[in-house]
This record gives sequence, structure tokens and C-alpha cells, in this order.
Amino acid sequence: MFAVNFLLLGAVLFCIGVFGVIARRNAVMVLMSVELILNSVNLNLIAFALMNGNVDGQIFALYVIAIAAAEVGVGLAMVLLVYRNRRSIALDELSEMKG
Amino acid sequence: MLAQVNDSVNVAQNVGFAVIAAPMVVAALFLVSTKNVVHAALWLVVVLAGMAALYVLAAAEFVAVSQVLVYVGAVMVLFLFGIMLTRAQIGRDVGLNNRGWAIGIPVAVVLLGLLSYVIIDAYEDTKLPDAGGPTPTEAISDGVLSPYLIPFLAISFILLAAAIGAIVLARKD
Repeated sequence: MFAVNFLLLGAVLFCIGVFGVIARRNAVMVLMSVELILNSVNLNLIAFALMNGNVDGQIFALYVIAIAAAEVGVGLAMVLLVYRNRRSIALDELSEMKG
Repeated sequence: MLAQVNDSVNVAQNVGFAVIAAPMVVAALFLVSTKNVVHAALWLVVVLAGMAALYVLAAAEFVAVSQVLVYVGAVMVLFLFGIMLTRAQIGRDVGLNNRGWAIGIPVAVVLLGLLSYVIIDAYEDTKLPDAGGPTPTEAISDGVLSPYLIPFLAISFILLAAAIGAIVLARKD
């Protein structure tokens, strides 16, 4: 396998995730796109671990998985709270903090 | 890429990579374009499972199993709970995109062009070595528990804080 296989796939998934974060209005969909971004980074880490022949990249990938799990838990709790207060999770309506 | 195949490249691995990668890209595109929130969650499952398969292809078995356990198991259930509890419309939903969503297309395309240029420039001919079998989990545990012990402890505290924070935020009273 070539290193560019993994790296280009990671780049494609990253850009699709960035598009999702920009385009989506529903907070849950934005969180899904963020997961896509984090996963594409993991793919790069795994490819570099294989390229350099040590396990450091795999350890980083495991840590990223743990952080992503924590992020989803807190993120969805916040979405739930917003929904309970406003009956809507459309991100463009959350403008109370605008100065 | 197949045009560059020579004796030192394992063709079967490249074909396997393409077979896994193509559905992943298609599923990711559906994920960001579908009008149905539940379908988006299911497309995300396809991407995450394909990712686990690629980890196996790159000889990272332990990470692949963790990916299936954490993402396809726990995170997807969390997402489905989030969708159900926020009572998103089951079925087509017209209000899923921002008004200015089209601005995302040029941003993503320019970013992809930039990233591909850099990647191809830097790693054009780099071949990944044959791993010769799975990575021993022993090596990963040795890494986690000796040189990367401090980050490991930090992540333990982050997970604890996240669990407490999620409970406090989501409680009814």
C-alpha cells in the first residue's frame, strides 16, 4: 500500500466533515460531522504508525477515540439542555449571547 | 495508483483498500447531504465500520476493536438517543441545512485541493511497509503505561469530568 492511499482518504473525509459542520443547522448533525473529522485524523495516525513501524500512532489514536467519546457525551447533554429550554436545536436560532 | 504497481507492492491490499474506501466516501457524502436525521446516523455507522476495517488492513487490530466497541457500539447509541430525545422529525426534515449552506462547498473543495497538493507533494512515492501480522497488544499497553502514562491519567480525568458534566447537564431538576 502507498501512504497516499490513507492520507488522501483521510483528507477527503476531513473535508466532507468540514462541509457538514458549515452546512448543517441541526446540532446533532453537526456533532456527527465532528465525529467524521476526528475519525479522519485517526486514519492518518494509524497510517503514520504503520509507516514508522512503532505503536505511538496507535496510542494517539486510542486517546483520540477516548476524547471523542467524552466530547459526544457532553455535546449531546448540552443539545438536550438547549432542546429542553427552547424546544428547538437549530443552531442559527441560538443568538442570545450576541452582544 | 494502480498504474504504479510493481513487484514490491501488494496488489491485493490496494484493491482491498479501494473496496473499503469507496463505500466510505459515498456514505460520508450521503451523511452530510441526507434530509433524514436517522438515515444520517446509519450512514455514519457505515463510515465508522469501514474505518475499523481499514485499521485491520493497517495492522492495528486493537484500535479496530476499540473503534467498533466505542463508536459503532456506544457513540451510535448516544446519537440515536440524542435524535429521539430531541424529537427530530422522523422522516424527511426540510430545516436541516443553514440558509448559507452552499458556502461550505467552495470551502471544502479548496481545503481538499490544498491538502491533496501537500500530501502528494510530500508522500508521493512513500510505500507503507508490510506489517507482517497484527501489532501485539502488549506493545500498546507498554506504551500507554510507561512513556504515555501522564496523558493517560489526564484522559482518565477528562472522562470522569465529562461523565459528571453530562449527568449534571442532562438531569431533569
